[in-house]
Amino acid sequence: MEALIAIAIGTLTAGGIYLMLRQRTFPVIIGLTLLSYAVNVFIFAAGRLVPGLPAIIAKDAAGYTDPLPQALVLTAIVISFGMTAVIVLMALGSWLESGHDKVDMDDEKDEQETRA
Amino acid sequence: MMSHWIIAPVVLPAVIAPLIVLMMRNDLTLQRVFGLASTLALAAIAAALLIASSHNPPEIYLLGNWPAPFGIVLMLDRLSAMMLMLTALLAIAVQLYVISTNWDARGRHFHALFLFQMMGINGAFLTGDAFNLFVFFEVLLIASYGLMIHGAGKDRLRAGVQYIAFNLIASTLFLFALATIYAVTGTLNMADIAVKVAALPEGDAALIRVAAVLMLSVFAIKGALVPLQFWLPGTYANAPGPVAALFAIMTKVGAYAILRTTTLIFPPETAATGGMIADIMLPAALVTLAIGSIGILGATTLPRLAAFSGIASMGTIFTAFAAFTPEATSAALYYLLHSTLATAAVFLIADLVTDRRGNGTLTAQPRIAQQGLIAALFFANAIALAGMPPLSGFIGKLMVLDALRADAALIWTVILVSSFLMVLGFGRAGSTLFWKSHATGEAAEPHHSPEPMAFAAIGGLLAGLVLLTIFAGPVKDWLDATAAALHAPAAYIGANNLPGVN
Repeated sequence: MEALIAIAIGTLTAGGIYLMLRQRTFPVIIGLTLLSYAVNVFIFAAGRLVPGLPAIIAKDAAGYTDPLPQALVLTAIVISFGMTAVIVLMALGSWLESGHDKVDMDDEKDEQETRA
Repeated sequence: MMSHWIIAPVVLPAVIAPLIVLMMRNDLTLQRVFGLASTLALAAIAAALLIASSHNPPEIYLLGNWPAPFGIVLMLDRLSAMMLMLTALLAIAVQLYVISTNWDARGRHFHALFLFQMMGINGAFLTGDAFNLFVFFEVLLIASYGLMIHGAGKDRLRAGVQYIAFNLIASTLFLFALATIYAVTGTLNMADIAVKVAALPEGDAALIRVAAVLMLSVFAIKGALVPLQFWLPGTYANAPGPVAALFAIMTKVGAYAILRTTTLIFPPETAATGGMIADIMLPAALVTLAIGSIGILGATTLPRLAAFSGIASMGTIFTAFAAFTPEATSAALYYLLHSTLATAAVFLIADLVTDRRGNGTLTAQPRIAQQGLIAALFFANAIALAGMPPLSGFIGKLMVLDALRADAALIWTVILVSSFLMVLGFGRAGSTLFWKSHATGEAAEPHHSPEPMAFAAIGGLLAGLVLLTIFAGPVKDWLDATAAALHAPAAYIGANNLPGVN
C-alpha cells in the first residue's frame, strides 16, 4: 500500500509541475490543483498508513490511527479550494481585461507576435 | 497568570473587518474611522505587549486552554512584540496615506482587506505552532491578493495572477515541509519540534534535512531571497503604491519565520542539520544584495526601483542572519526595523510621483506639483536606504559590518560595493526625476490637491528613521537582549510546559 500511495503522490506532483510550467492560465491552475491533491495525500500519509483502524475512540478498537493528519488535511483542502477559487476568478478577470490568457508579463513580445 | 491581551492583535481585526464589510459597505467615511481606530488600538496593544515582554520571560497563550503540545499555542516574546509594534506603526502611516490620497475610493473593501491583512501578519508573528503559522500565512496572503489588485487594471490583474500562482506553489511546499516534520517528530508545536529534533535518531536526519530545506525555501519565497526573489519586482511594482508599502512588512514576515525556525528548531548545534542552513543562506543572501543593488541601478521605472531596494535590504538582513551569532542577529534586527520603514517610505514617495506624473518612468518630464518637497523626502530617504550617514541605514550597516568581521574579505566587499551601486542608482533616479525636469522647460503641472496627510505619513516614517538614529544606543541594548534570548531558546521552550521536558 505504501508503494501505491507513493507512486500516486509522485505522479500527481509530476503532472502538476509539468502543467504549471505551461504558458496559459488554465493548465497552470489545473497543475496547481493536482499539486494540492498530491500534498493532501502526502499529509494523510504522514500519520502512517494503517488499514481498518478507527481515528476516534471506540470501545472495541484494537488500535487507533493518527487523527491529527486527517484534521490537517481537512484544513489544507478547504484552504487550497478557496485559493483555487480566487485564482480562477483573477485569471478570468485578467483574460477579460487583456484579451489573452498568457501568464508571463512580456507585453511587447506579445504585440510583435500578433503583428507578425 | 495568563494574559488574554496576547490574542487581542488577532481578534480585534478579525472582529472589526467583517463589521466593516457587513455594516459599512457603502459609507467610506465610517470605514475610514473604524479602520484607523482599529489600527491605532492595535498600536496601543502592541506597545503594551512590548513593555510586558521586555520585563517578563516569553509568555504562552493556550487557545481553548489545551496544554502544549496538544493544543495550539500563541507565544509572546520580545521578537514577536517588536514585530507587532513595527507592523502597527507601519499600518498607521499607510492608512493615513491611503485616506489622504483617496486610494481607498478606487475600489471596494480596502479597509476590510487591510484589517484582515493585519490579522494574518499579527497571527504569524504570535503563533507558536507550525501548522498555525501556515494558516496565518494563508490569511495574510488571501487578504494581500485582494489588496494587490485593488483598483484593478490590466497589468495589475495579470501581475496578480502570477503573484497568486507563486504563493500557491509556496503554500503547497510549506504543507510538504510540515507533513514531513510531523511524520518525523510527531508534533507541530514549534518548541516541541525543537526538543524532538535535537534528540533525533540518526536514521531520521536525512528526512528532517529535507524538511528544513523545504521550509527555508518557503520562507525564502516570502522573504525574496535569491533565487526565489523573481516574483517580487513585478508584484510590488504593479501593486498600488500604499499596498506595496504595507507589503514591506510581508517580506519581513519571511525573515521573521526564518529567524524563528533557524534559532529555535534548526540551530547550528543540531546534529541533523548542522551548518547546512548557514552554508545555503550566506551565498544566497550575498547574491540577493548584489541583485537588489544592480536592480536599483538598472530600474527603468520608479516603482521597480523601490521594489529592488526592498530586495537589497533583505539581502543585508539575511547576510547577518547567516552568521548565527547573537551579535549579528541583533544587528540584523536593527537593520530590519530601519529597512521596513525606509522601504515603505520609498514606495509611498514613488506613488506620489507616479500619481502626479501619470507614469512611473524614470525620464526627464515636466515639473510636478510640490516638486521641492517630494524631492527633499526622496533625498532623505535615499540617504537612509543607501546607508549613508547620518541616518539609521548607516548605523545599521555599520553594525552588520562590525558583527561580520570574521568573513570580512567577502562580506564587506559585497556590502560596500552594493552600497556604492545603490548610491549611484538613487543619485541617477533622483537627478533624472527632479533636476532634469527643470531643463525640459515646459510649464509646471497646473494643480494637484496638496494632500498634507500623505506627506505627514511619509514624514512620520522618516521621523521613525531619525528616532532610530538618535536612540540607536538604547534600541541596540534592547535588541542585544532579544538576540541573546533567541539564541538561547530554553526560556521559550520552557514556557510551553511540555510533558517530559524541564
